[in-house]
Amino acid sequence: MSERINSAWSPSSREIQRRGARKRISRRQELIAAVSTLLVLGTLVSITITSPGWAVVKKTFFDINYGREVFPTVIAGLWINLQLTFIGGFCIGIIALGLALLRTTKSPALTPFRFLATAYVDIFRGAPLILIILLVGFGVPALRLHGIPSNVIFLGTVAVVLTYSAYVAEVIRSGILSIHPSQRAAARSLGLTSGQTMRYVVLPQAIRRVVPPLLNDFVSLLKDTGLVSILGVTDAVRAAQINASRTFNYTPYVVAAIMFLFITIPMTRYTDRAIRARTNAQSSEGVI
Amino acid sequence: MANVLELSNIRKSFGTELVLKDLSLSVPEHTATVLIGASGSGKSTLLRCINLLESIDDGQIFLDGEEISDPLINVDEVRRKLGMVFQSFNLFPHKTVLENITLAPIKVQGKNKDEAVSAALALLKRFDLSDKADQYPDRLSGGQQQRVAIIRSLALNPRLLLLDEITSALDPVLVNEVLSIVRDLKSDGMTMVLATHEMGFATQVADEVCFLESGNILERGSAEEVLHAPKNAKTQEFLKRVHQAGRL
Repeated sequence: MSERINSAWSPSSREIQRRGARKRISRRQELIAAVSTLLVLGTLVSITITSPGWAVVKKTFFDINYGREVFPTVIAGLWINLQLTFIGGFCIGIIALGLALLRTTKSPALTPFRFLATAYVDIFRGAPLILIILLVGFGVPALRLHGIPSNVIFLGTVAVVLTYSAYVAEVIRSGILSIHPSQRAAARSLGLTSGQTMRYVVLPQAIRRVVPPLLNDFVSLLKDTGLVSILGVTDAVRAAQINASRTFNYTPYVVAAIMFLFITIPMTRYTDRAIRARTNAQSSEGVI
Repeated sequence: MANVLELSNIRKSFGTELVLKDLSLSVPEHTATVLIGASGSGKSTLLRCINLLESIDDGQIFLDGEEISDPLINVDEVRRKLGMVFQSFNLFPHKTVLENITLAPIKVQGKNKDEAVSAALALLKRFDLSDKADQYPDRLSGGQQQRVAIIRSLALNPRLLLLDEITSALDPVLVNEVLSIVRDLKSDGMTMVLATHEMGFATQVADEVCFLESGNILERGSAEEVLHAPKNAKTQEFLKRVHQAGRL
C-alpha cells in the first residue's frame, strides 16, 4: 500500500515557478497548433471554393434539398448493408474459426482438410472481392442447380462470406499461434487432451487477443457490403446510384458516404479503444 | 518398497546436441529425488521426458511398472497420474484461481463441478490462499501464483509430482512460502522428483540427491553424502560455485 497523499502538503516556491513555466510552454504549443490548423484548413477550403468548377460541384454534389429527398431511399438501402453485415459476420465467424482450427491441427485424420483449408485461404485471400462477387453472382445461377437460390442478396452475401472467412481465419490463426507453448504444456501435463487444451486454454486466450483486429475487419466488412450493389442489390450504394443517374445530381453518393461514416467512425473509435485496453492489459499480464 | 518411477538408459538429443545420455534413475514410493546441476545439465529435459512432453531417443521409462515410453500408450492417461509444476508457473491467465484448479478435475477426471470446487477450496484453505479463489493470476504475487500452480497439480491426486525449478523465477523473500508447501507434501508421503538450485532445501527434503552434468548423473546418494561430502571433482566444483553464490 502506498502512503496516502498528505493534504497538508503545499508546493515549494520552486515547484510553483516550474508550474508557471510549464503553463507558458503549453499555452505556446496550443497557439502554434491552432494557427497551423487554421492555416491548413483555410487553404484547403479556399482552394475548393475558389476553384472554377465549385459552383457546379456545389449544386451537383452538395444539394441539401435533394439530399433530404433521397435520404429515405438511401437509408432503406443502408438497412440492407447492415443486415448483410450482421448475418454475414455471423457466418464468417463460424467458418473462419473452423478454417483456423483446421489449419493449426496436427491430427493425421484431418490432413486432407488441412490442405483444403490452406488452399481455400490462399485463393480467397488472394483474389479481389469484386471478382468473387461477380463470379458467384453470375456464375452460380448459370449452373442452374436445384435448391440454390438465385436471389442476388443471397449470392452477394455468399461471395462476401467466402472472402472474409479467409481473412478472419488468418487473424484467428495468428491469435492461436501467439499463445505461448508453455500454456499448452501446462494444460497437457494436467492430462487435458489436445482438443480440450485448444478449447479451454488456447482458444479463449487467442480470441481475446484478436478482438481488436477482428473489429477492424468488421468495419471493412460493412463498407465492402457496398460492393454487392454491382449485382443489382438495392443497398445504400445502389440506391444512391439509381437516384443519381435519374437526375444527374450526385448528392445521393455524398449522403450514402456520410451514412456509412456515421456507423464506421464510432466503430473505429471503439476499436482503437479496445486495442489500447488490450495493450495495457498485456503489459500487466506479466508471466503467462 | 515399490518403485513409482524407473528410468533406464534414457537418451535424448535436440538436433545434434545430446542432452541426456544413458541416464538411469529409480524413485521409490514416498521419496523425494532432488536433481541438482548447472543450467543446461539436462534437469528440465529429464522432467519433461518423464511427463512425455518430450519423446526420448532411447531407453525406457516405467511408471508403476508400466512402460510409458511405449509409443502406443495413451499419453493423456499417463499425464493424469503425473503432476508437473513449472518454473514460470504457467497458470491460465483467463481463468480465476479456482477455475485454474478445477479445470482438469472437471474435464479430465469427470468430477462434477460442486465436488471439484469443494476439493479445490479445501486445498486453497490448507495453503492459506482461500481469499484468492476468485482472483485472476495477474493479481497474485509470484509466490502465490506458484502455490496455486502446485495446488492445481495436487487437485488431480498425482501418483508422482515433478517440480521444475519452481522457485527460480521468484523473489528471494517469496521462495520460502513455496518451499514450505513442498515440505508439507513430503511429510504427507508424496513421491516427488524435483530440480532445484536451493541446496538448503534439498538437504531438508531429499531422500536421494543426483548431480547432473552434461546429461548424466555423475554422483548420487543421500543429501549428506552428495551435498556435504561429494566425491566427484565436478560435484565439488559445482557446489563450490553454488556456495560462493551464497545458496548453500
